[in-house]
Amino acid sequence: MTDTTGADVELQPKKKGLTRRQKRSLSRGIQYVVFVAAVIAFAVAADWDRLQNQFAQKAIAEQMFPEVITLALKNTVLYTVSGFAVGLVLGMVIALMRLSSVGPYRWLAGVYIEIFRGLPALLIFIFIGVAVPLAFPGTEIPGGTYGKVALALGLVAAAYMAETIRAGIQAVPKGQMEAARSLGFSPARAMISIIIPQAFRIILPPLTNELVLLFKDSSLVLFLGVTLEERELSKFGRDLASQTANSTPILVAGLCYLLVTIPLGFVVRRMEAKAQEAVK
Amino acid sequence: MTKKTLGSRPEIEVRGLHKSFGDNQVLRGIDLEIGQGEVVCVIGPSGSGKSTLLRCVNLLEEPTKGQVFVGGTELTDPDVDIDAVRRRIGMVFQQFNLFPHLTVTENLSLPQRRVLGRDKATAAKVAAENLERVGLSEKATAYPSSLSGGQQQRVAIARALAMGPEVMLFDEPTSALDPELVGDVLAVMRMLANEGMTMMVVTHEMTFAREVADRVVFMDGGVIVEDGIPDQVIGNPQHERTRHFLSRLLDPAMAEVEEETSDQVGKGD
Repeated sequence: MTDTTGADVELQPKKKGLTRRQKRSLSRGIQYVVFVAAVIAFAVAADWDRLQNQFAQKAIAEQMFPEVITLALKNTVLYTVSGFAVGLVLGMVIALMRLSSVGPYRWLAGVYIEIFRGLPALLIFIFIGVAVPLAFPGTEIPGGTYGKVALALGLVAAAYMAETIRAGIQAVPKGQMEAARSLGFSPARAMISIIIPQAFRIILPPLTNELVLLFKDSSLVLFLGVTLEERELSKFGRDLASQTANSTPILVAGLCYLLVTIPLGFVVRRMEAKAQEAVK
Repeated sequence: MTKKTLGSRPEIEVRGLHKSFGDNQVLRGIDLEIGQGEVVCVIGPSGSGKSTLLRCVNLLEEPTKGQVFVGGTELTDPDVDIDAVRRRIGMVFQQFNLFPHLTVTENLSLPQRRVLGRDKATAAKVAAENLERVGLSEKATAYPSSLSGGQQQRVAIARALAMGPEVMLFDEPTSALDPELVGDVLAVMRMLANEGMTMMVVTHEMTFAREVADRVVFMDGGVIVEDGIPDQVIGNPQHERTRHFLSRLLDPAMAEVEEETSDQVGKGD
């Protein structure tokens, strides 16, 4: 080392200060120190005994089973899936309207998307729960609470899904439509048989993300007022938390959400990686 | 399908065809007739409008002015059932345009079932026959992405043939292929020509044009400059523009740097 430095200096004049490698290891060292310090500060500052007392009471947690799964999680999944189904159908219609050659359809679809993307989901739930029965007295949304949730979630989801589906349809190369048309497909048939199946392959990851968002938004059902049998995870957790004057049920409910969302997120990443592979 | 009773009627007839994209006049008055069983190669520099002309023949591009007849039916008639006419016209694209979400067999059978209403068994049988014609029976269950460009193009030809077309249009079918894969595709086209298929081929393959075509049409600047038998148009061109194009094509290294001529601004698409 020392022998060669003399030669190096002459060939490549040393810059002042640290070398690139030294800077990099210094930067990494600082990041580790900050991280460890933050963890220690958090661990020391938090009152673990009180936290455990409030959030991790084994007896209370045990008391939640099996209803937290058989009732609350089941209802959450049911609300989510029905909302997703409504959103998908409505979103498809709006996406096709947005791509239509008929001006008013495009305009109407654009207005719908702007409104329902811009409003908090909470307001839509209140609207469905309060305004609709007032405006149309006597009308009953079919399916009771399930129908109302499906509609409210679906209305919100449709706005996002419509944009996703439209982007997916437009991402299918123009040559696919031309090939289909040159074989004698009508525009509608080409769309259904050739374009939409390919678009769905492209948008499967973002649609799954939408499912995760809906899964969480299903907690808003508590603003519709539900019976005991219709409670989902958040409402179930909150009710039990106030009954027992302890927050353990909230923690358990939270874990139940993660039980579904984390695997779904994993699936999305797998699909995205596969899509990347297919493109290459 | 109407069998022609008039033997004199050309299979493809283009009259006074104009096509503009905005201010850009791509076709400026094309008149062309292609008889039944005739193989016509359309050659010309890029931007000459040859691809646009081909795409006007099955109305993938809507002509601005003029008429197109195929098998006696006027395609430019606004009331014509364009989907029905297109079933009689096969089209092969530069970029193959196979359906990537379907297997090779499904690429051939789905259009037959959805468009012609053939049942599953018939469609599968016709698909198998046409895959055999292009020599790709062993790829029946493969997906397009696993095939080479030359194989994909042969599947695309088979897909068009499975619909039983009376006319085949080829839009630079070998331009996207690696040089060593061109031969297989040209061999399939040669076979079709020998079987008596009416073909209109936009191409840069001069050897193919010379050996297979009945007629060669040279286009430049949106008009047909020269139209005749291959030996005449390619072997002994009468127009300066044709000579110039051919000399560049046959020996690109000899081309000289020159000013763009202003009447060649039209870009194909």
